[in-house]
Amino acid sequence: MLDAAYLIPAFPVLGFVVLLCVGSKLKEPHAGVVATAASAASFVAALVTFAGLVGEDSHHRSITKVVFDWIPSLDVKVAFLIDPLSMTMVLFITGVGTLIHLFAIGYMHGDQRFSRFFLYMNLFLASMLLLVLGDSFLLMFLGWEGVGACSYLLISFWFERDSASTAAKKAFVANRVGDVGLMIAMFVIFSKVGSLTFSTVFERVEEGVFSKSVATAILLLLFLGACGKSAQLPLYVWLPDAMEGPTPVSALIHAATMVTAGVYLLCRANPFVGVDDSAMTVVAVVGAATALYAALIATSQDDIKKVLAYSTISQLGYMFLAVGSRAYVAAIFHMVTHAFFKALMFLGSGSVIHGMHEEQDMKRMGALKRFMPITAFTFLAGWLAIAGIPPFAGFWSKDEILLSALESFDGPLGVLLYAVGLVTALLTAYYMTRQIQLVFFGDPRHGKADAHGGHAQGEGHTEEQGQLTTPEPVAAGDQAGRGDDGDHGALGAAATPHESPPTMTIPLLVLAALSVGGWVINSPILLDYPLEHWLEPVVEAGRPLHLTEVSTATKILFSAIATAAGVIGIAAGFRIWRRGADQPGFEPRLLRRGFGFDQILAALFGGPGRKAADSAAYRVDAGIIDGTVDGIATVVRRGGAQLRRLQSGYVRSYALGITTGTVLLLAYVVNRGR
Amino acid sequence: MSLLLAAERAGAGGEDFPYLTVAVLLPALVGVAVALVPRRREEVIRVLGVLGTTATAALTVVIAVVFDRHEAGYQLVSRHPWIKSFGISWHLGVDGISLWLVVLTGLLFPIALLGPKVHKDLKAYTAWLLLLEAAMIGAFLSLDLFLFFVFFEVVLVPMYFLIGGWGYTSRRYAALKFFVYTLVGSAFLLVGIIVLAQLHQARTGGALTFDLVELSKTPGIAGSQLLFLAFMVAFAVKVPVFPLHTWLPDAHTEAPTAGSVILAGVMLKLGTYGILRFAIFLFPQAAKELAWLWLTLAVIGMVYGAVVATMQKDLKRLVAYSSVAHLGFIVLGAFAFTRQGMQGSVVQMINHGISTPALFLLVGWLYERRHTRQIAELRGIWKVAPVMGGVFLLVTFSSIGLPGLNGFVGEFLVLIGAYPTAKWWVVVGTTAVILAALYLLWAFQRVFQGEPDEANRGVPDLTMRERAVIAPLLLLIVVLGVYPKPLLERIEPSVTELVEHVQANGGDTRKEPAILAGPHAAGQTP
Repeated sequence: MLDAAYLIPAFPVLGFVVLLCVGSKLKEPHAGVVATAASAASFVAALVTFAGLVGEDSHHRSITKVVFDWIPSLDVKVAFLIDPLSMTMVLFITGVGTLIHLFAIGYMHGDQRFSRFFLYMNLFLASMLLLVLGDSFLLMFLGWEGVGACSYLLISFWFERDSASTAAKKAFVANRVGDVGLMIAMFVIFSKVGSLTFSTVFERVEEGVFSKSVATAILLLLFLGACGKSAQLPLYVWLPDAMEGPTPVSALIHAATMVTAGVYLLCRANPFVGVDDSAMTVVAVVGAATALYAALIATSQDDIKKVLAYSTISQLGYMFLAVGSRAYVAAIFHMVTHAFFKALMFLGSGSVIHGMHEEQDMKRMGALKRFMPITAFTFLAGWLAIAGIPPFAGFWSKDEILLSALESFDGPLGVLLYAVGLVTALLTAYYMTRQIQLVFFGDPRHGKADAHGGHAQGEGHTEEQGQLTTPEPVAAGDQAGRGDDGDHGALGAAATPHESPPTMTIPLLVLAALSVGGWVINSPILLDYPLEHWLEPVVEAGRPLHLTEVSTATKILFSAIATAAGVIGIAAGFRIWRRGADQPGFEPRLLRRGFGFDQILAALFGGPGRKAADSAAYRVDAGIIDGTVDGIATVVRRGGAQLRRLQSGYVRSYALGITTGTVLLLAYVVNRGR
Repeated sequence: MSLLLAAERAGAGGEDFPYLTVAVLLPALVGVAVALVPRRREEVIRVLGVLGTTATAALTVVIAVVFDRHEAGYQLVSRHPWIKSFGISWHLGVDGISLWLVVLTGLLFPIALLGPKVHKDLKAYTAWLLLLEAAMIGAFLSLDLFLFFVFFEVVLVPMYFLIGGWGYTSRRYAALKFFVYTLVGSAFLLVGIIVLAQLHQARTGGALTFDLVELSKTPGIAGSQLLFLAFMVAFAVKVPVFPLHTWLPDAHTEAPTAGSVILAGVMLKLGTYGILRFAIFLFPQAAKELAWLWLTLAVIGMVYGAVVATMQKDLKRLVAYSSVAHLGFIVLGAFAFTRQGMQGSVVQMINHGISTPALFLLVGWLYERRHTRQIAELRGIWKVAPVMGGVFLLVTFSSIGLPGLNGFVGEFLVLIGAYPTAKWWVVVGTTAVILAALYLLWAFQRVFQGEPDEANRGVPDLTMRERAVIAPLLLLIVVLGVYPKPLLERIEPSVTELVEHVQANGGDTRKEPAILAGPHAAGQTP
């Protein structure tokens, strides 16, 4: 059954090839059906492989399937590592991926590049699977860059819009900054052990080949890579802009799967933590800081997708807080539950945008539960899950992370990390409540000509944002490139919001169910932490934190505190936002502008950075370097013209020259002789 | 096909057929034939050109087939005395370092001939191209220094006429600059070669010879820094290494598309190939002692070339500067003196020779459609020419070094291979991968993305002919990225031997940590 592993990435590759060859000839839904079928087949293959792996003894659950040699001189093969960690990833990637593919059939309806969208989606899926299945750092890096390229293609899917193409470029370049760290980490590893294969490298780690400082350096370099891909401070800047892509892309790539790659990487590299864990303090601090930072920004965004984007950054921060606390399983657990509820909410927002005829400004929504009951109902499940209300999925995973942070770090740092996590939990509950209140409850603000008039302040801010990539009014939304089917623009008075077709609502229902019940994979009740036991063999070298010493009473107490934070956040959210959509007092300018970080970057790169590059290109290169070359040429030409006069034909002048030369030569030889 | 079969039959004992000599003479003879055809018989010229270049391409592929991948030394050697009194001989041979460069040359010429439209004097154009091909192949195969020098110089002539005759507005300035710049560099090489041969004769008491292997055995030359530098100057101009690079953007911008394809694809590699084959092989100790200098220049080139490329306004010039950056990787790998680094260096030569010609072809086709290369005047082409946009993006990703495509393999091998011996250069050089993404994707965005304006709305997509011409390059971009093993395993033995040669003759082993420690320590070596 383990041989089915080959099929996991093979199906999406096949789907990609089919769409590449005949995609443009397929009629509209067919390309989507092909891609969805490929994804579903991959999920089935994953289930079969999973069953095979479960059948193995728990200490033999690490199997490598070699396909072919890739770069022999680096001893790197195209080979898949089938172990509990990779299979956990594969299952939720293909599962959630299939649902999102299905959703996209409805969402991308009428797009002029319908089949190309699914071409990219299947390529993404294949790359993502290579990323988690690769048995070496280098093959993982191939997937890592592959998903980055697909992310580029999909963010700029509607490339006619300048903001989309700029956002895509920004994402790729920001990721590359992180990649430098990842690449140098590989150089260091290879120079020490002559291999990049996980199993070989980790064996050598346990033999003590890596000193403490080298292990720390490697972890920090890997973390730099993770910061790029998983949008942590300060490399997070690309993710909010990445919302320019179609919403299924945001759900799949920029919430559920690709952005979690950094978390996966650090969990995979856990044996280095076993050598020295000082790097993990950095990871935890950056994670916690990002969680709080992004949650603050999320409280003041108007764009329905921007809220979710900042929320994703914040939740990824939680995962890094977990990894940094050596609570790898909690990180993976949160990654999976987050994939469920965040994919759900992104797709829900897509359904809203679709139903609202490409409107993305929450200030122009309201009371949508009347018009889109399924979307509203499922979205609420996601809301409760992310807010950490028991028994929804987010409650369990978030709880574990907070407690781990407190346990893992002694003294004030532990308390501080815990406090930051708790405040973030409160903020999360608050901004999500604000979102559902603005979107689904309250008075309808759509269809009114003056809907946005009363919110001039909001417009003004959007204007001021002047971000690198999002100067467009929020309402410009998702619509560009959709052909001229008259579906454009903000909602006119004539159109009413409508519920989405079944291809879109079915995935929502499934994901809602998972958001409610997904926590059972690591349930302490009845099941005794199955995920923890499942992943144990993979992470044991990294000295994972065990919360077994913590008494049940303590756990319940901390759960109560965390739940209380969620409840307070929800209550505050309702209390404030029920009063109406205009609450400038609760949307500080600083937060609306995302702390102005984008403007600072833009000023830095657009100003001095650009000037420096410009003077390199024109002053230094064309001026100094090429000027010197031309100068020498001129001197030689003029000199040649002068020299020509020397050829006078007078023997006496030649004789003079010869004599002078001889004397000089003699002088030289005599001097040299001394 | 029959050629292939003949090659199979010849098997390992392929010496009975003079593959290499034929590979040099075939394009030269066809070139002469073209010169004899009356100017107005354009069809005949066209057919001859296509036949000549494709037959040569097929022959180079046959050479790769009969090539024994376990053998490190020179294969298919052909050796005949030429000017006996000076010890000059027609001495050709191929090994893992030159093999793929020869195949690449064979592949690129039909593409260069068929790709762009020729607007005048097809006869001279075809004849010059064929002559250029013969000289290029000759240069990559020569094992006699004098013979190499002859080919190295002969290459300049057709390229000078191609740029000067079929180029754009300031073609004369660019052609002259190219010619004179390289010629000045070559002067150092000529002096170096003659001095080396004289030294050999004096120190061994034998006959005068220009044989590469013989000369490498000259007592006491391994550490000759002056000779090393004389060789290096010539090659550094050709590569070009920063700061000797400014002829390149001019030459590229003004050259016709075919000229750019050949120039970027294989001609620049004469420099990097020369570094590996001659400069490092003959003077390993000097190369090691002065590695810090070339590593530094290489890394400056990688970063500086990328920065300058970012700000270019002319698309073709941007691609030219990207070459400066990419060739820095090759030099970095060459002076790593490790198996992976040098292998990466050779691989990067091939991969750059696939991606950059593809970019030049596309830029050329874009120019044929829009009569401009100014980035500011182009916009939204992807929407009106989807295939062209997709192809351009694929090549762009290859050039950026995306894993899974060809460009990554060489780049990564160079960096990971150079890390143990040149740690800090690699750390700085790796940042070039960020810049590569920046300048290429920015250019792609401005030219291909966005809503096309009035002037760009009518740009037609790639024709079937154009698609067929570029298809082999695209295929190689993907295949060599996914399965580079056939390429790598034929390079490996020769590179390993070169690394061992450098280790054995690179001076005493105590000097080795000097390079590991960085420029300060390396500078103290005598």
